[in-house]
Amino acid sequence: MSESLLEMRGISKVYPNGVVANAGVNFSLREGEIHAVVGENGAGKSTLMKMMFGMEEPSEGEMLLRGEKVRFRSPQDAIDSGVGMVHQHFMLVPSFTVVENMILGMEPRKGLGINRAEAERVTRELSAKYNLHVDPNARVEDLSVGMKQKVEILKALLRGAQILILDEPTAVLTPQETEELFRELKLLKQAGHTIVFISHKLKEVKTLCDRITIMRAGRTEGVFETASVTEQEISRLMVGRDVVLKYDKEKKAKGKPVLAVRDLAYTNAAGKKTLDRVRFAVREGHILGIAGVEGNGQAELVKALTGHLPGATGTIDVAGSVVAGQGIKAVRGLGVAYIPEDRMRQGAAKEASIADNLISTRYAKKEWNRGPFLDRRRIAQMSKDMIERFKIRCKGPEQEIGMLSGGNMQKVIVARESSASPRLLIAEQPTRGVDVGAAQLIHQRLLELREQGCAIVLLSADLNEVLELSDSLIVLYNGGVAAYFDDPSGVSEEKLGLYMLGLEQQSEEEAGKAYDL
Amino acid sequence: MNELLNIVFSTDFAFSILRVATPILFAALGALISNKAGIVNIGLEGIMLVSALTGVVVSAQTGSAWVGLAGAVLAGLLIAAILGFFTLKFRTHIILGGVAVNMFASGGTVFILYLVSGDKGASTSLKSEVLPNVRLPLVEDIPVLGPILSGHHLLTYVALLSVVAMYYLLKRMPLGLRIRSVGENPHAAQSVGVRVNRVQFTALLLSGLFASLGGAYMSMGYLSLFSRDMTAGRGWIGIAAEAVGRSTTVGTFLSSLVFGAADALANALQILKIPSELVATTPYVTTVVGLTVYAIAETRLKKRKARRHSPSDS
Amino acid sequence: MIFNTRNFEKIRTLAVVLISLLIAFLVISIISEHPLKTIGIFLFEPIRTVSHIGNVVEMSIPLMFTGLSVVLLFRTNLFNLGAEGIFYFAAVVASSVAIHFAANAFFHPVVAVLAGAVVGALLSAIPGILKAKWNVNELVSSLMFNSILFGVGLYLLNYYLRDPQSFSNSSYKFRPSAMLDVIVPGTRIHSGLIVALLCVAAGHYFMYRTKWGYELRMTGANREFAEFSGINTTKVIIMVHLIAGFLAGMGGSIEVLGMYNRLQWASLPGYGMDGALVALLAKNNPASVIGAALFLAYIRIGADQMARMSDVPAEMISIIQAVIILLISAEQFLKFWKNRMLLKEAGVRE
Repeated sequence: MSESLLEMRGISKVYPNGVVANAGVNFSLREGEIHAVVGENGAGKSTLMKMMFGMEEPSEGEMLLRGEKVRFRSPQDAIDSGVGMVHQHFMLVPSFTVVENMILGMEPRKGLGINRAEAERVTRELSAKYNLHVDPNARVEDLSVGMKQKVEILKALLRGAQILILDEPTAVLTPQETEELFRELKLLKQAGHTIVFISHKLKEVKTLCDRITIMRAGRTEGVFETASVTEQEISRLMVGRDVVLKYDKEKKAKGKPVLAVRDLAYTNAAGKKTLDRVRFAVREGHILGIAGVEGNGQAELVKALTGHLPGATGTIDVAGSVVAGQGIKAVRGLGVAYIPEDRMRQGAAKEASIADNLISTRYAKKEWNRGPFLDRRRIAQMSKDMIERFKIRCKGPEQEIGMLSGGNMQKVIVARESSASPRLLIAEQPTRGVDVGAAQLIHQRLLELREQGCAIVLLSADLNEVLELSDSLIVLYNGGVAAYFDDPSGVSEEKLGLYMLGLEQQSEEEAGKAYDL
Repeated sequence: MNELLNIVFSTDFAFSILRVATPILFAALGALISNKAGIVNIGLEGIMLVSALTGVVVSAQTGSAWVGLAGAVLAGLLIAAILGFFTLKFRTHIILGGVAVNMFASGGTVFILYLVSGDKGASTSLKSEVLPNVRLPLVEDIPVLGPILSGHHLLTYVALLSVVAMYYLLKRMPLGLRIRSVGENPHAAQSVGVRVNRVQFTALLLSGLFASLGGAYMSMGYLSLFSRDMTAGRGWIGIAAEAVGRSTTVGTFLSSLVFGAADALANALQILKIPSELVATTPYVTTVVGLTVYAIAETRLKKRKARRHSPSDS
Repeated sequence: MIFNTRNFEKIRTLAVVLISLLIAFLVISIISEHPLKTIGIFLFEPIRTVSHIGNVVEMSIPLMFTGLSVVLLFRTNLFNLGAEGIFYFAAVVASSVAIHFAANAFFHPVVAVLAGAVVGALLSAIPGILKAKWNVNELVSSLMFNSILFGVGLYLLNYYLRDPQSFSNSSYKFRPSAMLDVIVPGTRIHSGLIVALLCVAAGHYFMYRTKWGYELRMTGANREFAEFSGINTTKVIIMVHLIAGFLAGMGGSIEVLGMYNRLQWASLPGYGMDGALVALLAKNNPASVIGAALFLAYIRIGADQMARMSDVPAEMISIIQAVIILLISAEQFLKFWKNRMLLKEAGVRE
């Protein structure tokens, strides 16, 4: 016990909207180690780290630093106690120089002004000491991502960080930059710093870290010495099933192809290839599941499918029409419906009523208008039907959608998107963060649509969901199709995990079967 | 035409540019410091007006121009503090807060003027004081430059020094660094322990300080009395100058001078029969054109960037 | 139950109005020699005589137009305060039609008002297009436009409309055929009231019953969501600017032709900024604009009468207005109370 530098005991975090992000988590950090925290998206890693850095306060549980109870009410408290964090989205002021970013909030003074010589000196000294080389007088906006990350690490060190939390630091780095980062982190470790390394890239974790804490569904699944576990074991613990969902669905004859994606590729503004020759096809009455760890091209794929990714190459063909950066209106015109991942921003207008949110994709159609006016009676009737059919718990169609729980809000969105008899439905994380009841209802609705002949692309981080619902399945890794399964029912999560984490990869020929026309 | 050139190239005209530009410059500095902290203070016009009145009233009551100036500054700070309290604490929309300040000022100053002097138009019945003009020894003896630079109102020099101070504050002082960080990326500022609200409040107070000096100049220098709506849009021109100056200290200073020159020229241009009403719109037209040109350039730049990163084999 | 979260906004608005009136009473008590009498005048004089009631209604007409105009913009989440300049400029346009053209008593005002309104719409579209196409900040550009339109309008007034025989910046007299009819004898309430009420009704139906109004509301509530639903929000933003400019322009035209026989505005009349206050009081609801405009007109006439009959100047009203704006747009004001109520309601449900 005494060897723990930092210990978190029985930590729970319940957000005001009822989401349980952490439930009875125990975590302990030894001095001078590099400790990995791994887990899928939504497993609770970020929440745990936010509490460790004072950005959130735990609802329950206690935190001990060198055996003494501590409570971090703000990041400042954490900084004062020697905890530093490198956020995934950098906390830098773009127009400032490196030095200015370094000293912000703790400026060395000379008279009224900043002692710039001193500021530059400490920056140079620190960067020489830890071998983190950056030009102190460069503007941060001109730096590469890898350089910015160095600035972030230096910032934390300057503030006396003994414990350094890095939130998915390699997600944005090139392989060369990643290697460099690892060398630097090892150096930091030698200098006596303790590092928490959040990742879901198992190879990296194996090469870099001393111990691993595995998280799943808001709980810790165990702590291991890195040497004592294999990647396969970690993968199994990370992606195991919780509740087994079972749906009866009949195997169906192959329908006509609705969506054909060929050689889709995209390089983002930072020059990273986020989509790499993606090929697949979806037929009528067919659900294609897309699994993968977040950040492996899903977001870009959806943007391309909904006509929002200028600069993408390759072809996307919906029922014979080529979709290329035409915008979502044109895409919807082809009979495509879309359940977006970010329901608060793209899926719903919080302050508008349930009825208004239900009609948003169809309000302009003739059948919903009478002369110059919207047919309010018809819209009200439809809304009531939807509320009943989807068991949406609310006070009525006129209630603001923002007052509903996440699950009920999502039901409204699913109701809207599924009721226009779409030809193709793109469902992005349709049940993330919703309760089990709502999730089941949504799943059943997707299967109904499948019965009706709708083609569905289902992107989900919930393996249970993709495995159970999909007729066929692809795994995205690093922007490319890593694997294709014609019949997902026979695939184990362990196997899937290996592909998702990049430990295995099908041959091009095998994966290419996803493009089945 | 010759007549006009004679006017424009006289030292008197150059002198009058500085004279006319002073309140615009103060307002522009007020706009600059609050914008840097991410707060759009459109209440500058109102703060100037209130300070202009307060300066007159307090100096008339005490018989001291200096106490009057102090009163003007305090009034400006007070209004900025109220605005800051509502916007930062109660989350009043900052623009609407500014509208409220302006509405209050345009009526409230007349209200108070009437209570104090019994007149709703001007403070002629009050024996208010003015701040002195200053002759710069040595400088005044320099040919050409001397008559342009020396002999101005005290607050004109304060305004010029304020430009230097502002530059130093934003570039060299810890507070300036924090103000800029809060305006540009409040999350980053917060993550290193900078208190965003407090910094914004400070910036708003400084904004009020500059506006109040501009107001004091109007009634205790430019003119020697208060009259209703005497700021006549100088607060707005200040906001325009800041926008055209691209939110930099130097740019703001230069565009304030240009707008001041346009204002000074308005009188001169009447000789050419160019209507003063139209000349008065030049700062605003310049601002709209400037903002548009800049926005178009920015849109183009973004498009070009996006294209550069898309694969060439498309 | 009255005190639930549904009524929260209404109660809050009421609380703000009461607080601002209390502040007004306080100010009166400090400066008036007969505070009770003065307060009495302020509160009741506007409804004491038919002609005073008439004054209230007359003043509410321009406020309804600019209020409605601002409601549409605010509801679309556009911070455009350009109604002020458009109101003024349209008045100049309508005045020139009223002075320089001849027509019968029906067409003359119609043409003059429409000319002002159409010019208003076109001018308003400029910041709208700049915003929609290049994302030029509509607030700054609309504020600049206020000053530009004032300058150009004053120039037109002084150089093309000015009556050389008058002393101040005053135009020629309007042709009688252009002026609006008085519809209530004993007052100056003119036919512009009917147009204003029709516009409010149309605004209400437009916003809540038509698909264009739906597009407007969704764009305002969440532009990204609207885009993702397939709404062309660029088009919506330009459309809203056109309509808002049309309304503000109509307001300015109707105000000069209804209330005056010459154009004498040598400064911006302030109705555009008042429109923001009306929109706030109306909580961005078209139908509530009527009540909000009447309330504002009421306290202003009350203040006018108070100035005439007591020792307190009318400009006191600006203090009340500032307090109303600050408090009504203050999200956090009384929020703690709403939160408590939410908790209570949640508790009841469980």
